[in-house]
Amino acid sequence: MNFKLKIWRQANAKAQGRFETYEVKDISADTSFLEMLDILNNNLIHEGKEPVAFDHDCREGICGMCSLHINGEAHGPDTEITTCQLHMRKFHDGDTITIEPWRSAAFPVIKDLVVDRHAFDKIMQAGGFISVNTGGVPDANTTPIPRADAEESMDAAACIGCGACVATCKNGSAMLFVAARVSSLAKLPQGKVETLSRAKAMIAKMDELGFGGCTNTRACEAECPKGVSISHIARLNRKFLTAKFKD
Amino acid sequence: MANIFTSSIGKKLIMSITGAFLILFLTFHMIMNGALVFSDEAYDAIVRFLGANWYALVGTVILAAGVVFHFVYAIILTLGNHKARGNIRYAETKRERGVEWSSKNMFVLGLVVILGLLLHLFNFWYNMQWTEIIGAHTNSLGMSPTDGADLVRYVFSHPGYVIAYIIWLVGLWFHLTHGMWSMMQTVGWNSKVWMKRLKCISYILSTIIVGAFMLILIILYVQSL
Ligand code: HEM
Ligand code: SF4
Ligand code: FES
Repeated sequence: MNFKLKIWRQANAKAQGRFETYEVKDISADTSFLEMLDILNNNLIHEGKEPVAFDHDCREGICGMCSLHINGEAHGPDTEITTCQLHMRKFHDGDTITIEPWRSAAFPVIKDLVVDRHAFDKIMQAGGFISVNTGGVPDANTTPIPRADAEESMDAAACIGCGACVATCKNGSAMLFVAARVSSLAKLPQGKVETLSRAKAMIAKMDELGFGGCTNTRACEAECPKGVSISHIARLNRKFLTAKFKD
Repeated sequence: MANIFTSSIGKKLIMSITGAFLILFLTFHMIMNGALVFSDEAYDAIVRFLGANWYALVGTVILAAGVVFHFVYAIILTLGNHKARGNIRYAETKRERGVEWSSKNMFVLGLVVILGLLLHLFNFWYNMQWTEIIGAHTNSLGMSPTDGADLVRYVFSHPGYVIAYIIWLVGLWFHLTHGMWSMMQTVGWNSKVWMKRLKCISYILSTIIVGAFMLILIILYVQSL
């Protein structure tokens, strides 16, 4: 398969970026999207040109490092997958593919397709942990947890912190990410204790770092590679408002 | 509690509460209009009851405050959210699965609502309650301000007004189909199971409210022919 790639190139955070067009030829349909970019970079290096910078790590959909807005969608076409799980068979021979970095005020571009997602770490540091004393390691199943709660917690814990929700949201809001973190802990006995203060601290950090607010468009859950539901945002709203009214 | 309204969720709570209040008002207004289809006398009785007396005036001021807060916070939130998106927009975008157009265009829809509202206030509030407040006995059309039924029938005998009101109501319908379930989500009364139900209820209620306004409008126009 042959493709034309329209890729955002930007030398550094301060530089003005622009789109450059490249061609890649004889790509097998089973090549992953990132491998296709590796092939492009290999060609560029052989031509003595600067390769395209993009984020990636595990390449199996668990680390959340790969990003990319491909043909107008975070993580490209196909649902509930990360970019590293996307394959060229999802495209047609001769397609022009537009590749852009995540666009949001809180995720500035560092170089080409790489954005700075430290803001997520800062939100986590504000409250995405458990600080109550949980004692030593208990025997398995000493504290029974209803199955529904465990499922709900695990669905939220599936979040890999990729930032597709922020990249997709027209408000650049991090609500789905924060909701996933708050919700996964709120449903477990050890995490439950600090739910209210956690919700307050993480939202305050989110607002401070320049993320927008939620307008309930649901675009985030449509593009989330882990299918995190906005019902977690409802829980976050509930917990946050309860916390504020109790103050 | 003190700094709740400086947070993003707190500001959104204001949208939700004022929105809910405006929906309550719309429901009451719709029922009141219904009286006109059955009896002009009954309608005029309501008009007299809601004239320049203290209860009606206090109600009007509270209602106006609701609209003002909703509008001001709509501007604050929309501008802030626009800024959070960053300076550079995507060259290419796609409509995400399951995302409704109205949910992304609440501000534009709100503008349609407020423009219609200004026209509406001139047509009816200015010619009725305001005329009474300033103590005049005839309004800009030379009618008595308590002849509500006559005034309404006069306005809706003009096809131009009927069309303008229909456009207004369509904008309101879109605003409400998203707004109704969204206000529940904002206060946290939603879940995976209730999402579908709330959405369904939103469509039904929006259609009942807007549909009733539109039906009355059309009945009045047809009766004027
Ligand atoms: C009869 C008049 C109106 C009613 C019944 C109404 C109702 C609502 C409701 C119920 C919501 C949902 C709140 C939430 O998501 O929590 C909403 C949101 C919104 N309304 Fe209105 N509204 C009205 C007029 C207006 C006007 C005049 C504007 C001005 C532009 C406006 C702009 C907005 C915006 C921008 C939102 C979304 C806010 C956000 O998601 O952050 N609305 N409205
Ligand atoms: S909620 Fe979904 S889209 Fe957002 S960071 Fe987590 S995994 Fe990525
Ligand atoms: S590279 Fe780890 S999720 Fe894609």
